Amino acid sequence: MHRDTYFRGVREGIPVMLGYFVVSVTIGIAARKANLTTAQAAFMSLTNLTSAGQFASFAIIASGAPYLEMLISQAVINLRYCLMSCALSQKVDTNLPFRHRLIMAFGITDEIFGLSIRQKGKLDPWYCYGVMTVAIPGWTLGTVLGILSTGAMPDNILNAMNMAIYGMFIAVFMPAARDNKILLPIIFVSMGASALFHALPFFDFISSGMKIIILTLVISMAAALLFPVDEEGGSQA
Amino acid sequence: MRNYIYILVMALTTYFIRVIPLTIFRKEITNKTFRSFLTYVPYVTLSVMTFPAILEITDSVWIAWVGFLTAMVLAYNRVSLFIVSLGCCGLVLLLQMI
Repeated sequence: MHRDTYFRGVREGIPVMLGYFVVSVTIGIAARKANLTTAQAAFMSLTNLTSAGQFASFAIIASGAPYLEMLISQAVINLRYCLMSCALSQKVDTNLPFRHRLIMAFGITDEIFGLSIRQKGKLDPWYCYGVMTVAIPGWTLGTVLGILSTGAMPDNILNAMNMAIYGMFIAVFMPAARDNKILLPIIFVSMGASALFHALPFFDFISSGMKIIILTLVISMAAALLFPVDEEGGSQA
Repeated sequence: MRNYIYILVMALTTYFIRVIPLTIFRKEITNKTFRSFLTYVPYVTLSVMTFPAILEITDSVWIAWVGFLTAMVLAYNRVSLFIVSLGCCGLVLLLQMI
């Protein structure tokens, strides 16, 4: 039972692995510019698993800023994982042992979260482990390749592999919109607001990680107040 | 050495953010508004992350739009995640080569 779930995670994790590979190649290239060694870059990717956080870290490392600055910047940039962790806490069985929570938490990324939350019923941690099994090596090896090569991969292949991640995101939120009619307008409002935030120069002072958090908090809260979800059955978002 | 300390600070900070809610909220949250909020979070956050970022995957905006709309239509019609993801990946590759 766990075994099947685990291998389903491995299979569904393959698009994540491809996408991670591409993004982490660019991470590796940035790491070299910040004068990190191959071992350091690989160690960072293996232990952090966060694209925005790692990109931001290079400027801090290169400038020799205080460790506290690193702590604060990572906390702010990665705050959305905190929201995702809250959502996952309600998705797992209430009796799920502590050790599983500790291991699962390590794999909370945008993509692994997206896949996990779309599982039917309660989330089996073995599904997450399956995704992590392919995603984490993809992320780490891509970083190593990036630091060793000078962008040897042709651009059009890298672009296409990037599409895999977004295709996966869309495959997570769109099918649910078909079952729950309130979700479709919420999705379009979210995209519209995000485009507006992106386009208006007035918001340039907010980092992209912060924009995601602000939009998520405001829109989800508004949706919760306007369209409270009925317990089991009614609205199955 | 200093670089390794930076990396450890990063890793620990990020891990704490990820692990705290999952280990603290060990019961079902009963507050209806908060539950609804958490229900909507994944859809809102993934939508916000997808758009408009997806339009910047290639130099050609129209290829990105084709990829985006194809994925939206396929996913809405419950085509499997694997096919939506890798199919659009292949489509974008193909369009770029034309």
